[in-house]
Amino acid sequence: MEIIVASAIGVLTAGGVYLILRLRTFPVILGLAMLSYAVNVFLFASGRLAIDQSPILSKYADISYTDPLPQALVLTAIVISFGMTAVLVMIGLGAYLEAGDDHIDLDGSEPEAGKDGTA
Amino acid sequence: MSWLLAVPIAIPFATAVFAFLLRNGAAGRWVSVAGSAALLAASAVLMQAVLAEGVVAGQMGSWPAPFGITLVADLLSAVMVVITAIIALAVSVYALADIGPAEERLGYHALFQVLIAGVTGAFLTGDLFNLYVWFEVMLISSFGLLVLGGRAEQIDGGVKYVALNLVSTILFLTGIGLLYGMTGTLNMADLSIAVDGADQGLLTVVAMLFMIAFGVKAAVFPLFFWLPAAYHTPAFSVSAVFAGLLTKVGVYALIRMFTLVFDHDTGLTHTILLWVACLTMVTGVLGAAAQGDMRRILSFHIVSQIGYMVLGLALLTPLAIVGAVFYLVHHIIVKANLFLIAGVADRLTGGTALSRIGGLYASAPLLAALFLVPAFSLAGFPPLSGFWAKFLLVKAALEIEGWVIAAVALAVGLLTIYSMTKIWAQAFWEPHPEGREPRLSDLPAGQRWAMLAPIMALAALTVFIGLFPEPFVAFAERAAAQLLDPTDYVETVLGDRG
Repeated sequence: MEIIVASAIGVLTAGGVYLILRLRTFPVILGLAMLSYAVNVFLFASGRLAIDQSPILSKYADISYTDPLPQALVLTAIVISFGMTAVLVMIGLGAYLEAGDDHIDLDGSEPEAGKDGTA
Repeated sequence: MSWLLAVPIAIPFATAVFAFLLRNGAAGRWVSVAGSAALLAASAVLMQAVLAEGVVAGQMGSWPAPFGITLVADLLSAVMVVITAIIALAVSVYALADIGPAEERLGYHALFQVLIAGVTGAFLTGDLFNLYVWFEVMLISSFGLLVLGGRAEQIDGGVKYVALNLVSTILFLTGIGLLYGMTGTLNMADLSIAVDGADQGLLTVVAMLFMIAFGVKAAVFPLFFWLPAAYHTPAFSVSAVFAGLLTKVGVYALIRMFTLVFDHDTGLTHTILLWVACLTMVTGVLGAAAQGDMRRILSFHIVSQIGYMVLGLALLTPLAIVGAVFYLVHHIIVKANLFLIAGVADRLTGGTALSRIGGLYASAPLLAALFLVPAFSLAGFPPLSGFWAKFLLVKAALEIEGWVIAAVALAVGLLTIYSMTKIWAQAFWEPHPEGREPRLSDLPAGQRWAMLAPIMALAALTVFIGLFPEPFVAFAERAAAQLLDPTDYVETVLGDRG
């Protein structure tokens, strides 16, 4: 169980890191999404892995339960990362439609007199 | 007391809603100004309460700590909220002239207020996961502001900004997960007790994760590259509020976590912070020296100034923390003001590229005088606020016989003067290359005063802090004492359980 979850997180992270090092916006967005999936699974696992246990305390029977807090945390994190990905896709799409290609401009940080003069 | 803590977060959110509904007319911008003024009043009341009673804490939803969400204000949080409100008010007045109807219709004022809500939320929260949520609120709204208008260079800067900040968020979340797995709590006050029983080696690993995550937000060496790539592209009021507040939230988070929770192995963590601080100061100021655009120079100076604040935290002596707190307050005022002045210079001369502008001293002497105040304060000239901030930090370094550290801090101050002189010489002293004579009176009177009034107010504040530093230093001493001995903080949050 642990080994499966751990390797899933590892594979997602490796894929995510590879993708965000690409120079096009689309792979970068996918990479960020994969990284956030990895960290969501990691966050979930921080409450320890348990099978067939409800996240609810029972006052009638002495049964074991799983920690509900990481589940609440991960739900929040999923919602936020979903929203963030949506915003990123919109911006990436805007940039692509405007400029006609989706390369992340490497020379954008160099000062260019013409560009700044009109800014 | 909990309403006192919730109000500074609720006001900007409510303002955002109204500003969004009224975005098609002139009413939206006045709602934004009124909301910022109300925030200033609310933060002053909060400050009053914290000064009178010490740490103020409130449990949202009445769940007792550490189970519920805690809002807590000590002196550092309170002063950061006050200064946020001051900058919000200054920038929302400035935006009356700076932001056009097209950007207003896209929801500029609403995004701006949500950003302010995120910043105050981050300063007031007492819960790590809540801090993550506020970071995301800030990130999404700042991203919206950054690309508002949609020019290609804005989007280019925005993508870098958001990608690097998301990576930092992911590291932050990983750290949160590990910390929860180790201690079973995410309440900061509870954590400061719970970490004593945790595996100290693993705790140091978590500390490093947090250091990198907050380091990206604070733009320290070598994690600052997103900042100069993005800050020179948006509207001037946007870059002023970014420059004043956003990186400082990262610094605040560093100070909070590395005094409250991660103080178990200061030999390692704070030595790394010391190296980071010195390298940040040096690379930032050298980067600025190589630039030829007003806003790019100022962006790199944010980086180098962050180094001073981190230096105060890294030294971790009482005097050094006093210096860091003083520096934070001084820097936010000065830096936002410089970006506002750059906006006026751009309006008058038609750009911020130094080779293409000039002549401001001859034709707009008032603006030149107003530029000198924050510029000299940034460099650390007496009797301005920056002098006392640098004085405290250098004295703290000399006290522990850190000769090299003090020398670096002073040398960076000197290089700061160099690039301020560069702006002065090319934008103000030399004649305009196209022979234009930019005058302040060219601007319509309403716009002129909407832009100059906030600049004058912030400059006056800088001079005031510089001339009467005693109450501010005394305040910073009290804030530093609270940071170095968090007993009061922990007991107030946890109640009698602590």
